[in-house]
Amino acid sequence: MKLAFLKSEHRQRLSYHVVLLGGVALLTSAAIGVADHLTRADIARRQLEDLQVTLQQVVPASYYDNELVRDTVAVNDRTGEPVTVYRARRGGQVQAVCYQVRAPGYGNTAMVIAIGVDRAGTLVGVRVISHNETPGLGDKIELSKSDWISRFTGRSLADPQPDQWAVKKDGGVFDQFTGATITPRAVVKAVKGGLDFFAAHRALLLDETTAQTASVASVSAGEKR
Amino acid sequence: MNDDYQSIFADGLWHNNVVLAQMLALCPLMAVTTTATNGLGMGLATTGVLLTANIVIAACRNLITQEVRIPVFVLLIAALVSLADMAINAWLHDLYKVLGLFVPLIVVNCAVLGRAEAFASKRAVSASAADGLAMGLGYTLALVAIGGCREVLGSGTLFAHASLLLGDSFAFLEMTLISNYKGFLLMLLPPGGFLVLGFCWPASGCWSGGGNRRWRNGLTRSRPNRNGRRPWLETARK
Repeated sequence: MKLAFLKSEHRQRLSYHVVLLGGVALLTSAAIGVADHLTRADIARRQLEDLQVTLQQVVPASYYDNELVRDTVAVNDRTGEPVTVYRARRGGQVQAVCYQVRAPGYGNTAMVIAIGVDRAGTLVGVRVISHNETPGLGDKIELSKSDWISRFTGRSLADPQPDQWAVKKDGGVFDQFTGATITPRAVVKAVKGGLDFFAAHRALLLDETTAQTASVASVSAGEKR
Repeated sequence: MNDDYQSIFADGLWHNNVVLAQMLALCPLMAVTTTATNGLGMGLATTGVLLTANIVIAACRNLITQEVRIPVFVLLIAALVSLADMAINAWLHDLYKVLGLFVPLIVVNCAVLGRAEAFASKRAVSASAADGLAMGLGYTLALVAIGGCREVLGSGTLFAHASLLLGDSFAFLEMTLISNYKGFLLMLLPPGGFLVLGFCWPASGCWSGGGNRRWRNGLTRSRPNRNGRRPWLETARK
């Protein structure tokens, strides 16, 4: 190494350390920025593909003949957060809707759950999209690891009764996992919350709002076909 | 210092194993080794990062000064992990769905920083690459062994869901050793990790039987040096 700034007496100066650390920070930030730019479109596309796959899982194909991902409506939930609702139409009539609910998992990391509800308010499918639950314990909420999540299908607010919408440990009808109660408890609560959301906004979600009510103000028009 | 690859690999895989001899990276170990498959996934991801981090740091070792080396290493390692995370997410999305959980954990894996400090900052690029690979494979070995023990004892299976990580052609790895097993929850919870690790240390012999070999190579544990100090993470003089 013949470069002057590499001589040991120069390297002991404070300015060398500052430049070195600053340079490395700048270089690594730039590399991450470039990588983010390069991968952002691909990651968004992959996530959209994942979303389509998930929607197909929670809403059976017999329910719709439209493009689910494009027929959306945004409705504010109880906390004021907008929820994007995907409508499954057949012959123009909404047969089922699909939307995501969030649940605080173990350690308060958010779990994202997609649920599909038909016109009558019955669950046609529930899937966990993303979570940070403990591998081997809480991750049995994934369909690939356990069929637990599929047991929600066919349930509604009337089946079981509202006070039975809980894990068995809490006196409800849903199994908990060995070693993980918090995760299934949160999922059950979130799915029930999703059904409550459907009940509260039924007409709106099914696109049957002939009477314009105050709640319509919170709707931002989604893309209609 | 010699670049004897045979001894580098012997150290990385066994004599100076990250977990069994150096006792580093135990936090991610406790977190993910509930199954052998999870251990394998975490081990492979860590191996990739160890290899690249060692190469990059060995290549820059003449530029990095003693005083700011730790923040520089941390920056480089964190950037590498972020890059790997984004690249896998964008271009190997199926793998990301399995490994995605583990990749961010590698940032806090002190084995990577430990090898940067003890080996890559002092040795040539090729030797550092060999060391990163050997240490990563040694870590993978320990993770799979401990994950396997916990999985067999805790849920009665071995390599459950391996086909999700490695592809369907590896479905033959998935074994149910004890059918109708009720499960032994303690093994799946963190205390089980400590228990299995506690039995693995003396069983492996790395901990007590390494003898002088361990003092000679790489990280040493607390033992007074010539100045009477007790270096915690310092390379032993030959």
